[in-house]
Amino acid sequence: MIKVDVRKNTYYDSVTLMLISKEIKNIEGVTEVLVGMGTELNIELTENLGLKDSVLNDVSPNDFFIAAEVTSADVMVTVVEQVDHLLTQKKVESGSDYRPVSIDMAVDQMPGANMAIVSIPGQYVEEEVNKLLDKDIHVMLFSDNVSVESELRLKQKAVEKGLLMMGPDCGTAIINGVPLAFSNKVKKGPIGIVGASGTGTQEVSSLIGTFGSGVSQVIGTGGRDLKSEIGGLMMIQGMKALMADSDTEVIVLISKPPAPEVAKKILDMTKETKKPVVVDFIGGDREMIKAAGAYPCTTLEDAALKAVALANHETPVDSDGFTMDEHEIDQLVQQAVSKLKPDQVNLRGLYTGGTLADEAMKMLGNTFGGIYSNIPLEPEYEIKDLENLRGHVCLDLGEDQFTVGRPHPMIDPSTRSDRFITDIDGTVAVCLIDVVIGYGSHEDPAGVVASSIKEVQQKLNSEGKSVIVVASITGTEGDPQGLETSQEKLEEQGIIVLPSNAQAVRFVQKVMSQVHKA
Amino acid sequence: MNKINKLFTQELKVINMGLESFQKDLKSQDVDAMQMNWRPTAGGNPKMMDLLSRLKTKK
Repeated sequence: MIKVDVRKNTYYDSVTLMLISKEIKNIEGVTEVLVGMGTELNIELTENLGLKDSVLNDVSPNDFFIAAEVTSADVMVTVVEQVDHLLTQKKVESGSDYRPVSIDMAVDQMPGANMAIVSIPGQYVEEEVNKLLDKDIHVMLFSDNVSVESELRLKQKAVEKGLLMMGPDCGTAIINGVPLAFSNKVKKGPIGIVGASGTGTQEVSSLIGTFGSGVSQVIGTGGRDLKSEIGGLMMIQGMKALMADSDTEVIVLISKPPAPEVAKKILDMTKETKKPVVVDFIGGDREMIKAAGAYPCTTLEDAALKAVALANHETPVDSDGFTMDEHEIDQLVQQAVSKLKPDQVNLRGLYTGGTLADEAMKMLGNTFGGIYSNIPLEPEYEIKDLENLRGHVCLDLGEDQFTVGRPHPMIDPSTRSDRFITDIDGTVAVCLIDVVIGYGSHEDPAGVVASSIKEVQQKLNSEGKSVIVVASITGTEGDPQGLETSQEKLEEQGIIVLPSNAQAVRFVQKVMSQVHKA
Repeated sequence: MNKINKLFTQELKVINMGLESFQKDLKSQDVDAMQMNWRPTAGGNPKMMDLLSRLKTKK
């Protein structure tokens, strides 16, 4: 039976409610459940989940509801009690501090507030961010579903006022040594970053820390900043600030290939500073960067290495190898490949970070056949049927088709755990993954990966097989989850951990060339 | 000094509007961070929101 409970004018954020939905689903007697705010999207979702009920016709986005398919009315009583319990628990955890309901009240309460992190539903963003900019408060805008027109208006206003408006869809920034939203604890140092890609920026900033240097500021722009419509407004704003910043000696710019006229504008600007500028337009035109006198990169790791070399007043060189001795790497590859059966020939890349998945596909290219994906390099490799994978596949599990009604897999790794079980079958030779730690991420992504890989290997063992799993961890020792602890958890399950996404991809390339030679 | 470079010299004071975990992470690092109890304007009712915004522009 379908049961629905509605609370008028009760607001909770979507991630909290999605995580609660997940817990409630484990209650015995609950077949399906959705705990959410009465937004259009959630109402549509209740229909898709078979939880439609006429009571839901009258809810507004400010009403909270529980819709469940349960075996009896008693089970629904348990569901409601448990939801209340989880919500109260959350309230206690978050303390009893005063919480202003408007920006005016917030600023009265916190005079001198200089930064706002905004992660509210997209349709309310422009109004609220406008108010913040009016009060000279810099903004990190995490929300998505903000129109290009709104983004342009907000960024134009920020530029006019000399403020940061990082986003929309900006997940990563480190300001004055403080990691905001999805960022890593990187020590202070001479390298300033402006990044239009979240996990790409996390990878570069973390590796800069691993290579012994540090960051002055890490400014995010949101993924659309370098498209023609926005014209790189925030990257230019960020570059100007880093050029004028006495703590910044080297500047790093990270973005997917920009619109040509925006690339030109950005590269022209690099000529205006004596500070060396390292540019990774992931997979983009390197010659154009070189011609502008900046340093082009082969990978995100290469960007970090070049920036650190320049900060140490050394000459940067292209990096294309491994930290470990290559002979030892080859032995590891041989050892791993020798355990495969002849029909294990396919690749599965299962990523939580979109830029890392993109980098992997660009590095692998067409060396052992095309790679199918939900973010393919060529349209002909677009995956049609996500439930029935064939051939080589690399997925960005942070994309919309995987996150309807569920939090991003960096927050809730169970999305990927489910895919491990369905997507790694007896035809797969090697599985390539990222593990992104740091603030914002799940409290133990490596532990979750390790336990689901254990399950996958047990399933394959029953067929007399096992799969090679290759991982890299984006993060630092200073992150709450710890780089070393995370690495140990993965290695305990036989997962091969390389120091960067680029090296993990190169390892997989070696595995695949062996597999396809044999 | 422009406002961004001025920000680089200040202690961060953060207003968090939305996901509470972002504020909790900042608090755990002893950063001054305030959680707002944000609610959609007019309870998210599009008609009311439209009326309110028309009132505001008339002001």
